[in-house]
Amino acid sequence: MIPAGFEYHRPADLASAVGILRAHGDEARVVAGGHSLIPMMKLRMAELGHLIDLQAIGELKGIEIDEGRVTLGAMTTQHELIAHEGLARAIPLLREAALQIADPQVRYMGTVGGNVANGDPGNDMPGLMQCLDARFELYGAEGTRQVAAREFYEAAYFTARADDEILTRILLPIPPAGTGYAYAKQKRKIGDYATAAAAVLIGEGLSSVAMTNLSDTPVWSEEAGTALAGGDIEGCVEAMLAAIDPQEDMRGPIAFKRHVAAVILRRAIDSALSRRA
Amino acid sequence: MKDEVQSPEERSAGLKGMGCSRKRVEDVRFTQGKGNYVDDIKLDGMLTGDFVRSPYAHARIKSIDTEAALAVPGVLAVLTAKDLEPLGLHWMPTLAGDKQMVLADGKVLFQGQEVAYVVATDRYAAADGVAAVEVDYEDLPVVTDPFKAMDPDAPVLREDLAGQTEGAHGPRRHHNHIFTWEQGDRAATEAVLAEADVVAEEMVYYHRTHPMPLETCGCVASMDKVTGKLTLWGTFQAPHAVRTVASLISGIAEHNIRVISPDIGGGFGNKVGVYPGYVCSIVASIVTGKPVKWVESRMDNLMSTAFARDYWMQGKIAATKEGKITGLWCHTTADHGGFDACADPTKFPAGFMNICTGSYDIPVAYLAVDGVYTNKAPGGVAYRCSFRVTEAAYFIERMIEVLAIKLNMDAAELRRINFIRKDQFPYQSALGWEYDSGDYHTAWEKALNAVGYDALRREQAARLEAFKRGETRKLIGIGLTHFTEIVGAGPVKNCDILGLGMFDSCEIRIHPTGSAIARLGTISQGQGHATTFAQIIASEIGIPADDITLEEGDTDTAPYGLGTYGSRSTPVAGAATAMAARKIRAKAQMIAAYLLEVHDDDVEFDVDRFVVKGAPERFKTMKEIAFASYNQAIPGVEPGLEAVSYYDPPNMTYPFGAYICVMEIDVDTGEHEVRSFYALDDCGTRINPMIIEGQVHGGATEGYAIAMGQEIAYDDMGNHKTATLMDFFVPTAWETPHYTTDFTVTPSPHHPIGAKGVGESPNVGSVPCFSNAVHDAFRPFGLVQSHMPHDHWRIWKIAEDLGLHG
Repeated sequence: MIPAGFEYHRPADLASAVGILRAHGDEARVVAGGHSLIPMMKLRMAELGHLIDLQAIGELKGIEIDEGRVTLGAMTTQHELIAHEGLARAIPLLREAALQIADPQVRYMGTVGGNVANGDPGNDMPGLMQCLDARFELYGAEGTRQVAAREFYEAAYFTARADDEILTRILLPIPPAGTGYAYAKQKRKIGDYATAAAAVLIGEGLSSVAMTNLSDTPVWSEEAGTALAGGDIEGCVEAMLAAIDPQEDMRGPIAFKRHVAAVILRRAIDSALSRRA
Repeated sequence: MKDEVQSPEERSAGLKGMGCSRKRVEDVRFTQGKGNYVDDIKLDGMLTGDFVRSPYAHARIKSIDTEAALAVPGVLAVLTAKDLEPLGLHWMPTLAGDKQMVLADGKVLFQGQEVAYVVATDRYAAADGVAAVEVDYEDLPVVTDPFKAMDPDAPVLREDLAGQTEGAHGPRRHHNHIFTWEQGDRAATEAVLAEADVVAEEMVYYHRTHPMPLETCGCVASMDKVTGKLTLWGTFQAPHAVRTVASLISGIAEHNIRVISPDIGGGFGNKVGVYPGYVCSIVASIVTGKPVKWVESRMDNLMSTAFARDYWMQGKIAATKEGKITGLWCHTTADHGGFDACADPTKFPAGFMNICTGSYDIPVAYLAVDGVYTNKAPGGVAYRCSFRVTEAAYFIERMIEVLAIKLNMDAAELRRINFIRKDQFPYQSALGWEYDSGDYHTAWEKALNAVGYDALRREQAARLEAFKRGETRKLIGIGLTHFTEIVGAGPVKNCDILGLGMFDSCEIRIHPTGSAIARLGTISQGQGHATTFAQIIASEIGIPADDITLEEGDTDTAPYGLGTYGSRSTPVAGAATAMAARKIRAKAQMIAAYLLEVHDDDVEFDVDRFVVKGAPERFKTMKEIAFASYNQAIPGVEPGLEAVSYYDPPNMTYPFGAYICVMEIDVDTGEHEVRSFYALDDCGTRINPMIIEGQVHGGATEGYAIAMGQEIAYDDMGNHKTATLMDFFVPTAWETPHYTTDFTVTPSPHHPIGAKGVGESPNVGSVPCFSNAVHDAFRPFGLVQSHMPHDHWRIWKIAEDLGLHG
């Protein structure tokens, strides 16, 4: 559990960070909270020559709420996200989900940007962002571009982000007032990834469903959302079960995961419906 | 004087002796981060060792290339079996009479096995060195199933044993067979089974798990080439035994070895054995002339140091149609991994598994245990239990439930009519033990009343009806357990480890001003010895516990003892403490009589003083007596006030308990909620109720983990699937149930203070209790037996197989 040697960089601005990324190519990785990358380095499953710590970059921080939109700086920690009262009023689903991530100590360090950018199918935020129809802002040498969360994830640990790009901000539309919401997650213990988790929004002209850790990417299903919008809960569940592709692991065999996925989704839908104004 | 106005009760309270919930004196340093653990030890010029470990579960080693590793800056040496062979240290004896590779000698037998030992100037260079060692493996067929291991054409795992038909515990009947151990009367038991009204039969599997102390195993070896002395700090539960073993296998004279166990962050059996890391560190220190530290990572610990359990127990239990048990039969297949490195007393290759008749008066019984080699890590230690007692308790408590199902009886009532009665103690069990004392019926009734058993059953029945009507998806399970432990190994006549009798010791020195130091042959790993043993002395000789320093773990200063495991510290070293204290009290009586100018028989002990009989105003306090012992020339009495006792217990002690768990189970997700957990423990005389309560909470939490999710799992290739805390379940405060503790007191008749030991009872008792709760929830749907751990998917699978998902 000792990583191989590496150079540590702590740039003060984005341009410098991207400069270091470009200078070292495959050899360099950025680190946010470090809860995914550092363990992989300690296991020597990720070996890199240059680690670029984003903590000192002020422009990656901050939560902004303006008309109809929330902007999260990529280095916003889960704790900051949970503690922000305005955010909890605007998008309560975010707090509900973040409170189910790991434990307080991890949430003090873990960032929302790291959570969505790493591409780990176990992470809770990617599915949540797909449910909320977030857009991710990427900064690179060519400038800035945006990618929809629903188009960002390609496979486990593979995303639309280029190697020399940094995910800087997350842009979220605020759901209309009265939208029902829920994040339901089954896990074996505090700190565990989901056995199955579901993010659900139900509102006027807006019904969206995404699930976590049931495929090699988060799963957002347009069919499931459409069925739900039409009040067809079982149709929604059917569509989601057709979209997921869980694998057996220590959490259990595939049949169990598929069963639990349906149960958790139904529970999230019930909860969201009960909160719908 | 303040002293004179105090009543005896007040003076007694001031001592903080036995029965007092004295706060743990150790916790001041532990809670402030001021403990001194092995990894805190830093010596000048200290080097670090780390292992190259096998990625294969079974493979031949074709070559090991260390050239690149030796070129890594900071790497000083890479040891392989070839380097250790000239010293005769490439293999080492195990505690179970087998031998174990220190470093892979031609082949590897489990994933994570130690292949080479890299010595470097620091931890980072050592890890770089490990990564640079190139090993060429040729993989061999893997056996992870102990039953398949016994197939005639199964791969040969232990080529070193080729042709050896006799093992340490009798004949070997197959190349992967280690021993057969038989107890009891087979013919009589089979005769009872053949004619019984009812026979219940079941396979009860107690899965492989791991003690997982928070602090992993480690050591610092320092060979002083000038004095010729080796000092070895380590996470040792038995430091004196380690010194003797180190001397025997290294050839270094025993007086030139000093073993020190500093603060230890939990042991639970994991730190009883001798590991390759210790041997390699000693060799590396001798070779380099510098201190060498080795500390495991969490993965190293979970993959290579001693596991626990892994017993397949086939049981048959016979009874009359009224439910009176008439016989018990058990055949166990014990999966030992690649080497038999169990930590049991020499004559007990399956530990005290023959306590498997439990709390019940069973007239005839038969037990056979077959030990088998597989491609898994060695171990088989007692994880917070006396040797294999948890397996035995799980077996009998499941068999009782299985029998209750067969008889269509309430399991509480079935237990009640089969308990050994109070008037039967001392009780001779069918499998050879003499239970010292017990009062099971009283404990059982107290437990059932405390939880409101009958009302719970009514609520459970109502819930079942609601479930059947589709109003809920949750069932209630009521888990019952009455366990009997066998602890305090043990009598030298039948208990030894590597020929060392399992006595223990205490030496007490009273200082001139009346304070004291006591040293014991045991070693606390969190049990609170410094707190509780001082309380025994305080009550026995009347010196305040706060005035007594307690030391353990340094073989140069402490008297010889066999260490701390198997709940033996209080039964054995606690007895030695009381006996040493009584020697001091006897001498103090002579001194007091001399000072008071009366005959020895004319003074009597009174809390903290000797008083003249019939003249209570004439007395000498222990403080005065202590000073007198250093400054008075008393005819016929040696100066000073010291004593040492080596205690060889006449018998084991038999703590027992009644546990009841109420669990809510979600049949759709397999999730559970422990609604209540009631634990009644009878550990005889209670020394410190607060520490007992803490022990019960800790042990029950480990038991909860084991029953509900914790396991060491391998795939068919022998890949270890639970080597990190992501998949190896250790409950946090969030998952940990709330416990209600209770007690009865049935003192041990043969222990000087009547104490029996408690540290391990809650692990022994809680595992069947949690498991029985899960089974009980599904009993109305026909569930008889389902293996632990009862994690979400396995509980879901029970419901799925019973058709509860529609």
